[in-house]
Amino acid sequence: MSAPFAKLPAWAEYGLIPLINLIVAFLVAGLVVLFVGESPIQAAYLMVKGAFGSGEGVGFTLYYATYFIFTGLAVAVAFHAGLFNIGGEGQAYIAGVGVALVCLQYDTTLPWYLVFVLAVAASVAFGALWALIPAWLQAKRGSHIVITTIMFNYIASISMVYLLTRVLKPLGSMAPQTRTFEAGGQLPRLDWLLALFGLDVGYAPFNITFLLSLAVAFGIWLLLWRSKLGYEIRTLGHSPSAARYAGINQAKIIIVTMLISGGLAGLTALNPIMGDQYRLQLDFVNGAGFVGIAVALMGRSHPAGIIPAAILFGVLYQGGAEISFEMPNISRDMIVVIQGLVILFAGALEHMFRPTVIRLYQRMVAGSGKPATATGE
Amino acid sequence: MEYFDTVIVVLQSTVRLSVPLILTALAGLYAERSGVVDIGLEGKLLAAAFAGASAAAVLGNAWLGAAVAVMASMALAAVHGYASITQRGDQIVSGTALNFIAAGATVILGQAWFRQGGRTPALIGDARFGTWELPFADAVKDVPILGGIYSNLLSGHYLLTYIAFIMVPVSWWILFRTRFGLRLRAVGENPGAVDTAGISVVRLRYSAVLIGGILCGLAGAYLSIAMNAGFVKGMSAGKGFIALAALVFAKWKPRNILFACLLFGFLDALSIRMQGVALPLVGKVPVQVYQALPYVLTVILLAGFIGKAIPPKASGRPYVKER
Repeated sequence: MSAPFAKLPAWAEYGLIPLINLIVAFLVAGLVVLFVGESPIQAAYLMVKGAFGSGEGVGFTLYYATYFIFTGLAVAVAFHAGLFNIGGEGQAYIAGVGVALVCLQYDTTLPWYLVFVLAVAASVAFGALWALIPAWLQAKRGSHIVITTIMFNYIASISMVYLLTRVLKPLGSMAPQTRTFEAGGQLPRLDWLLALFGLDVGYAPFNITFLLSLAVAFGIWLLLWRSKLGYEIRTLGHSPSAARYAGINQAKIIIVTMLISGGLAGLTALNPIMGDQYRLQLDFVNGAGFVGIAVALMGRSHPAGIIPAAILFGVLYQGGAEISFEMPNISRDMIVVIQGLVILFAGALEHMFRPTVIRLYQRMVAGSGKPATATGE
Repeated sequence: MEYFDTVIVVLQSTVRLSVPLILTALAGLYAERSGVVDIGLEGKLLAAAFAGASAAAVLGNAWLGAAVAVMASMALAAVHGYASITQRGDQIVSGTALNFIAAGATVILGQAWFRQGGRTPALIGDARFGTWELPFADAVKDVPILGGIYSNLLSGHYLLTYIAFIMVPVSWWILFRTRFGLRLRAVGENPGAVDTAGISVVRLRYSAVLIGGILCGLAGAYLSIAMNAGFVKGMSAGKGFIALAALVFAKWKPRNILFACLLFGFLDALSIRMQGVALPLVGKVPVQVYQALPYVLTVILLAGFIGKAIPPKASGRPYVKER
């Protein structure tokens, strides 16, 4: 117990340990596959083939990754302030209403790029609004944000059933969805981007929201590590008492952080609604908000980690579809299991392998004769 | 008399629907009183429901099913304990992980074992719990008011229903009248003091989490072996979270838990009963209003508008020796 959390060099801290956690999560997932009588190696092969075997596969992988970049960033920003926003699912869901209202209003009169700008604003506003009440309650009344955001997920889901079956559904239609948007509500595909690499995107709904997600990821990096607000957010997350002594307005930072987080989750709605389905329908978020938790934990709440983590989950989603074609025993619910395992091993059990890694590292350093400067505390 | 019968029917389904909430909320009570936040109630409930129904279907015995349900739930509780007590990981992250693992694994295993789209085979005969008639329930049925209450409201429930209601005073007694309970509550408020007194914080917290596992297991068994005749994909449907809400709503007190769970059960029963029924003044209320009420009420309570809910002081914080 002398120095359980001794310092490791950056490559081990940010590369090796997350990698070990991830590998263990996938090994356990492999055991589940084995348990239901399929070959994990065959499953892994099918997954990679499904995700990267064709231009269309790559397109779908990146389409799914777009969701998870947004939701991962949403969870990560809140993590930095020491908040656990488990409500990304509901925030993205409600943001869909904003996107749909803009599209329904302007899809016949405005070109797509103007509608897109308005829809971005609407999605951020609606997502942020859905995060506002939990944020305010946490900041001012001290109610636990985890429980309130879970409650808001359920309220969002129930409200959307009401809205889609009674309000937004066109007259005479039975299906709980809005009408299909015209050209103004449809985003261009990124077929040219994949064509640069000689890939044919096929029917994959890979659209410009992906580029937006990359830009937003960069913006969030600037915000968190290059701005005063970001510094205050991270200070609050690191030590609330230090933040208080430094004169940081805690309530304000909590609310602002949650608004940013909710807005980021809201952006998720653009991808399926304007990029693929061209209408608002039930359950379009489909768990992406929850995947964001795994993505943020795996990416260590840093945009540079979140993007590859989001792509990995894109691979799981797209490759998972391929697996469920070939192996009827392994439905897409397997992704939910993997998601849980990643959250368990990269999140709750993140320190499990650390003592071993430290011991090995110290032995390695001692063996090579260098002074063990990296150990401390 | 017809009005009275309607009330009895609604109250009867209130009792039926609040049982899983009571057991699950009590499970959360033990864990959280010992300082371990348990957001994985939902996952344990679901895993127990699945394991119980699977075992009952294969073995043809409801009691064995319930035992397997308890074991499955305790296994998940042990993982949560290991992550949050031994490894000192984030308790909320760990609970969230368990919820996802349970949600996915129940479907994958169910499909692999029974090939019915995530369902388990329908439980018949001994594989499902039967209801219990209290003595003379039939004889006094026609006595006005009291007879109706006795034979329709109090009698004719599953054994697990009676266990759930008995567990409320029993839990109160364990937590507030025994040495174990005193220590368990102390470890949730000030683990350092308990440690100084020479009592193992780790052991107390593990036992609390595992007791929670047993209760969650019974709740899951009730869902899939008693109330329903088998497991359906995602059948816990947020009950674990509602129970968590009830626990907060009840300010971590057993008696309040009973009332909070009955209230949420009542709202649930009402939402089924009131579908398409017009109310005076407002007319037809959309069923979604009743469905959303437990969640909205919880948020309002958490906001401190119905009295402030103060959690055990050390809840959510892993205990580190020698700091």
